[in-house]
Amino acid sequence: MSTAARTRVRLATTSLAGCFGCHMSFLDIDEHLFELVELVEFDRSPLTNIKHCSPCDIGLIEGGVCNAENVHVLREFRAQCKTLVAIGACAINGGLPAQRNHIPLEACLREVYQSRAGLGASGVPNDPELPLLLDKVRPIHEVVRVDYSIPGCPPSGEAIWKFLSDLIAGRTPRLSHPMLHFD
Amino acid sequence: MRSHEISSSQIADVVNRHHRLPDRLLQILIELQEPSGWLPPATLTALADALGVSRAHVEGVAGFYSFLHTEPVGRYRLLFSDNIIEHQLGSRELMAALCSKLWVEPHKPSEDGLVSVSTTSCIGMGDQGPAMLANGRPVLRLSHQRINQIAELVRQQVPVSEWPEAFFHVDNNIHRRDAMLQLDLAPGAALQAALALGRAEWMRQMQLSNLRGRGGAGFTTAVKWMACADAPGADKVVVCNADEGEPGTFKDRVLLTTLADAVFEGMTLAAWAVGARQGLLYLRGEYRYLRPTLEAVLARRRSAGLLGRQILGKAGFDFDIEIHLGAGAYVCGEETALLESLEGKRGTPRIRPPFPVTRGYLGRPTVVNNVETLAKTCLIALEGGAAFAATGTAQSTGTKLLSISGDCARPGIYEYPFGVAIERVLEDCGASDTQAVQVGGAAGIMLASYEFHRRIAFEDVPTAGAFMVFDSSRDLFEVARNFVAFFAHESCGFCTPCRVGTSLLLKAMNKLADGHGAKTDLADIEWIDRLLKNASHCGLGSAAPNPVMDTLLKFRPAYERRLRSLDFAPAFNLDDALAAARRASGRDDAAAHFSADHAPR
Ligand SMILES: Cc1cc2nc3c(=O)[nH]c(=O)nc-3n(C[C@H](O)[C@H](O)[C@H](O)COP(=O)(O)O)c2cc1C
Ligand code: SF4
Ligand code: SF4
Repeated sequence: MSTAARTRVRLATTSLAGCFGCHMSFLDIDEHLFELVELVEFDRSPLTNIKHCSPCDIGLIEGGVCNAENVHVLREFRAQCKTLVAIGACAINGGLPAQRNHIPLEACLREVYQSRAGLGASGVPNDPELPLLLDKVRPIHEVVRVDYSIPGCPPSGEAIWKFLSDLIAGRTPRLSHPMLHFD
Repeated sequence: MRSHEISSSQIADVVNRHHRLPDRLLQILIELQEPSGWLPPATLTALADALGVSRAHVEGVAGFYSFLHTEPVGRYRLLFSDNIIEHQLGSRELMAALCSKLWVEPHKPSEDGLVSVSTTSCIGMGDQGPAMLANGRPVLRLSHQRINQIAELVRQQVPVSEWPEAFFHVDNNIHRRDAMLQLDLAPGAALQAALALGRAEWMRQMQLSNLRGRGGAGFTTAVKWMACADAPGADKVVVCNADEGEPGTFKDRVLLTTLADAVFEGMTLAAWAVGARQGLLYLRGEYRYLRPTLEAVLARRRSAGLLGRQILGKAGFDFDIEIHLGAGAYVCGEETALLESLEGKRGTPRIRPPFPVTRGYLGRPTVVNNVETLAKTCLIALEGGAAFAATGTAQSTGTKLLSISGDCARPGIYEYPFGVAIERVLEDCGASDTQAVQVGGAAGIMLASYEFHRRIAFEDVPTAGAFMVFDSSRDLFEVARNFVAFFAHESCGFCTPCRVGTSLLLKAMNKLADGHGAKTDLADIEWIDRLLKNASHCGLGSAAPNPVMDTLLKFRPAYERRLRSLDFAPAFNLDDALAAARRASGRDDAAAHFSADHAPR
């Protein structure tokens, strides 16, 4: 391993209950991607297809926590990443998926799997392969400790780049006002 | 009855009595609510029309005050005073007992609209609690027996005005008197003395006295009066702050009960000094029961020539006093919120400067003083400034009234010269095995036993008068949590740091109380504390973290023993969060559970 490679920062990313929009925005950093690959080594991420996280410097989490699998993944990230970052409205507040929170889960499942035309009365799926849903969609900071968050739905590529380059360079990340938006 | 609308002639009546002035809106709303206990939407609309203001403005005001209701409430509204002192006297158990006797859920009107049972911030009866407000009237010394009687009276639908007089008997509980409480004022005597001195010399005596405000901030009264006297504008105003909302404080109630003449005379003395013609006393809604006697005192003073035109025959000295009611909002004790409220608006604190002395009530130069401050000026007029300054300490002259409650044999009012040590006070009120004292109310300071040598004075332990005693059986975390809940409830919502910060703080405290706390929560709490302290718009928000900061500093184990994790733990049980999905899918396999409900440590 070269010296350069050894000092590279290890970065993992994942999408929990999100729409991948935040990851798309991440890719929107365009030509900075070339700079980024010089600075970081990707670990578990949709970009690498690595299935489990090994010890990392930074973990980026898109999406909130809506089911048991999300909890397991999130815990793995927390256990392995020195710095955990919530990225986007869903990770920070639950976002769009959390709109189901005011409907009791059982009513919600009944509506989808029993009452809806076309689905027949197939019943609520009980395959152990399927992760169970939590009664409420939770922002990730309610399930593990979170170090930073980048607001926006999604945050702009520019904001993500600014944030990451600060973090990698050892500066406390600081997003200026135009980059800080909540929609 | 409940649903009955307020007729347009009733509305016109009340509005006309208030000269159709929009700045009387709050007083009008309070009066209109009287008959049915709430303000139906049609009333708000009619009122907006009658006053020529927007419907949104009327609703905004009605929605601000916790004693105004824009939705139907029970015909019997029973509000338990929710201060920690009353919790410790069993108020929550009593409230639960009453609810089960009446078959109602707390905080919700019964389905037949007969009764609602809920809580309200400290009603200033800490020395004779547990206490409640029954349709606005304080009912004291609640016991299981008294609760049974109340349940019966409600079921029999006996009007509150016909309940046994003993329920409503308010004791003064004065246990130690000094100059103020020994004063036997012949109405007008202090005023006569100040008039004889002449305006300039009276102001000089005030300066000599070095009297400082008794409402909390301790500003020098003479400086305030001079600034008002010098401010441009002829229409000056004197306001007496009788909002007394600080939990654990009740000395202003006792002054208004036993020395109302001195309070009004103090206002008149202030008017003489600054050249004011109008006086307003802002009486907290909880003390509304005092109003008839106070009005009678005012009437008597008017007929004695102590109010009105040419007071004591002095040409050009015209001054009169009017009482305004509050409606359950602690923030209205803050002087600029108080002015907003007196102007009939929501009690949102103003940006200062300009200070009230230059732009106060309706933009006019205004002196705002606490009840006790004003009453004390009578002593200065009678004895002279130097004599007044002879007691107390260098920077805190005169005496201070303390409202003592909690774990002691003789709760009540104690008057001491400034400089008295905490341990002396504890001994006098019969407190033993004392673990901590909260001085100055929820916004004040918590002292641990190693600090009991400290002294009550602006230069050491300042106070607006509350003195709550906690013995070693008490859980000081719960004390702090109660105070945080108070601030979260009373935050006026105007600025984000306090509106959000007090709620976050309460959530964090509740998380610890529920046994879900983690070390990281303590760090979060300390961070929120700093944010509240530094970024809040008014004194409410900046004082809100005080009880937490003090207890974390002095009683940290009370927090630490509640932690379940040294790292992070969710505020809820994750496995329970899967229960609904388990039920719906009929699954109970290993993957349908979380093995250990802990985040990695
Ligand atoms: C949140 C808050 C509540 C207050 N409540 C009261 C109160 O109930 N009574 C009072 O006299 N002063 C209260 N004050 C202090 C007043 O703003 C003001 O300083 C005082 O009335 C001035 O009178 P003084 O100089 O005679 O003390 C409060 C201040 C704050 C920030
Ligand atoms: S924050 Fe917006 S873009 Fe990001 S995952 Fe949620 S919905 Fe998609
Ligand atoms: S600090 Fe709290 S009470 Fe004061 S203005 Fe802000 S929100 Fe209102």
